[in-house]
Amino acid sequence: MDIKRRKFLKLAGLSAVAGIGAPSAFNMLLRGEARASEKGHGEGETTQATEQRLGLVINVRKFAANHGLAGKCINACHTIHNVPNYGNKKDEIKWIWVETFEHAFPEHSQYKRNEGLDQLPIMTLCNHCDNPPCVRACPTQATFKNKKNGVVMMDYHRCIGCRFCMVACPSRARSFNWRSPREKDSEGRYRFIEHLNPDYPTRMRGVVEKCTLCIERIERGQIPACVEATGNTGAMVFGDLHDPNSEISKVLNENFTIQRKPAAGTHPSLFYII
Amino acid sequence: MIAKALKGDSRYWIWLAFLLVVMTLGGLSYAQQYVYGLGYTGMSRDVSWGIYIAQFTFLVGVAAGGVMLALPFYLHDFKAFGRITVLGEFMAIAAVCMCLMFILADLGQPRRVFNVLLHPTPHSMLFWDMIVLNGYLFLNILCGWVILNAEAKEVPPPKWIKPFVYLSIPWAISIHTVTAFLYAGLPGRHFWLTAIMAPRFLASAFAAGPALLLICAMAMKKYANFDPGKKAVDKMCTIICYAAITNLFFIGLEFFTAYYSNIPAHMHTLDYLFFGLEGHNNLVPFMRLSMVLGIISTIAIMFPAVRKNDRALVITCAAIFISLWIDKGVGLVLGGFVPNPLEYITEYVPTFGEVMITAGVWASGFFILTLLYKVALTVDRQIHG
Amino acid sequence: MYDKGKIIPGLIVFVLIAVSPIIYNRGNAGQVPNPEKSKVARECVRPAQEMRERHMQLLIGWRYNVVRENGAREGVTAGGTKYARSLQLGCLKCHTSKEKFCDKCHAYAAVEPYCWDCHFASKEKM
Repeated sequence: MDIKRRKFLKLAGLSAVAGIGAPSAFNMLLRGEARASEKGHGEGETTQATEQRLGLVINVRKFAANHGLAGKCINACHTIHNVPNYGNKKDEIKWIWVETFEHAFPEHSQYKRNEGLDQLPIMTLCNHCDNPPCVRACPTQATFKNKKNGVVMMDYHRCIGCRFCMVACPSRARSFNWRSPREKDSEGRYRFIEHLNPDYPTRMRGVVEKCTLCIERIERGQIPACVEATGNTGAMVFGDLHDPNSEISKVLNENFTIQRKPAAGTHPSLFYII
Repeated sequence: MIAKALKGDSRYWIWLAFLLVVMTLGGLSYAQQYVYGLGYTGMSRDVSWGIYIAQFTFLVGVAAGGVMLALPFYLHDFKAFGRITVLGEFMAIAAVCMCLMFILADLGQPRRVFNVLLHPTPHSMLFWDMIVLNGYLFLNILCGWVILNAEAKEVPPPKWIKPFVYLSIPWAISIHTVTAFLYAGLPGRHFWLTAIMAPRFLASAFAAGPALLLICAMAMKKYANFDPGKKAVDKMCTIICYAAITNLFFIGLEFFTAYYSNIPAHMHTLDYLFFGLEGHNNLVPFMRLSMVLGIISTIAIMFPAVRKNDRALVITCAAIFISLWIDKGVGLVLGGFVPNPLEYITEYVPTFGEVMITAGVWASGFFILTLLYKVALTVDRQIHG
Repeated sequence: MYDKGKIIPGLIVFVLIAVSPIIYNRGNAGQVPNPEKSKVARECVRPAQEMRERHMQLLIGWRYNVVRENGAREGVTAGGTKYARSLQLGCLKCHTSKEKFCDKCHAYAAVEPYCWDCHFASKEKM
């Protein structure tokens, strides 16, 4: 058979691509199918009901009555999770912080607002929405809804740092590591982490982070660090929203609560008693 | 055919050398950013996307604009575009390459970029953006190269290329629609939550892309002895004009919805961009310049006197291009972050390093464009003398 | 063959450059790394040879399972003791020094795992 050199090279190239590509593509398809069948279709991933739904009721009045309690909660969370403090607003990372009423509930009418409302410390953190726009946005599923308890999780290993989730979040709960949190000073101490918790990792530069409802504590039978810091003031009630007999369900039944950005339809799992 | 890019006069090499210098400076800045982190830029917790994504958004439009040459030629047999369709395809290649570079520059963990391929996520618009952009790049490389090759050999292009060419036309529309979907589906950002996001994007794309192409064509007329022809230039001006008018109309629609409904969430961003909000107004001069340039140049390009005069035409097209670049790049993308969903205002100023990286990517795009156009022009000269 | 005078010397030069590291070290592959065994426990969660070959697959499997699939955080046993399925809270409880254990082989193989960018290596070097 007389075959021209050019034709032979084209044939060889195509076979090489097919030979390398086909088995790996086949493999990926098989793996992909297995995972897809777990998830259901695209939207199912984000809106399917979970067996447990962990949530918080935050009693803002009790935070106002207990001076310093808000600071204790923030401290507890940021210390346990090695959240860095860069000292400037541009690089700021915060998982839980205090907002004023005007900024936490901007959709609420601010006209002739009760001036006492301005003094109320509104504890602001990730709302762990049932229909999270951040999960919908993430191109690698680095942030995803925990199938067992509805917590919106972070997989720092997979995050590519595109920050689409930060753009998507209506509650601005997410922060990005604009620089490395691991910088050390001349004495070998971490510059940005005051009290190191060696039992929990830091994150690296270039990934997004946020409150994960202390999933590592919950899975060991504990409660979130911020809730624990409130002691028995009852300022934060934590529990399973799907359980009608839980304390949180009772509190929700007995009190008028509001949520952040209800019009966005994200179904947060955080409720506020103002 | 690549060898055709290696022969040029001194002006060609000086231009390439200049681009290489800018690319190197951009590369050095990127090395610094890679080591330090994205804090190297002016982005912050509130403005988490800056000029990198702004350029990406604008350039997807420029890439899609190439379809405004392909559509009349391939679907409606408008023969006057015959010699410049390949220029549109090559511009699309350069623009998409720039888009991909800007995305890479913007990633916090660029080494993990393949996670988007390894973990396909159909509910994420960024996933689809990756697919359509790379698909469009592949389509344009394939079509442009095969057809140019056939032209160089003075034979008709092979029949199998036709379906790819026809596919590239709706695909061009899709790339910019998907990019618009990045913005238009976010429940927390009222400025972007509008159905006319995609039409606005497409209108400004169909003006900006051909405008840039016309500037390049005029440059090649002056420095490379390539004349696209009066009919082609005139038709392109018409397309640019209609697209620019449509874009201005859409901007007017946005103003109406915001200010007639008087809903604060819809008004605030336009207030910030065009009038200043609570004392913050660093974008106001840019946005007003964009409007003035846009209106004047859209009217100017209607006049035959402008269309016939090469210098006036280049200035008008440049004005349209800059106006759209500000409107889409600076205004649309940065505006969505001010005020933030909690009604805070954080302004954004790019750092010097960030601007250098941006310039480096633009220079890379023009570098690719120059090489590709050199090949196209050499083939054209070969056939048409 | 065309240009024989250029191609054959060129090929010889290329082969020489390619094997130059072996020539430079005179065929000596360097000292085999000797990571320090743990003083805390006698048995690891997997046999030593399996660990040498597959410890990254094991860690990544744990990582995927614990982070993404609600997998058990405790539960792997070795020699009767239960350990956490975790690098920081499991492996490093016995292999307490990264420098004397992990780094020995990683340095030899020129491998730089990025685990340490986030996870803490050892209590000594805080």
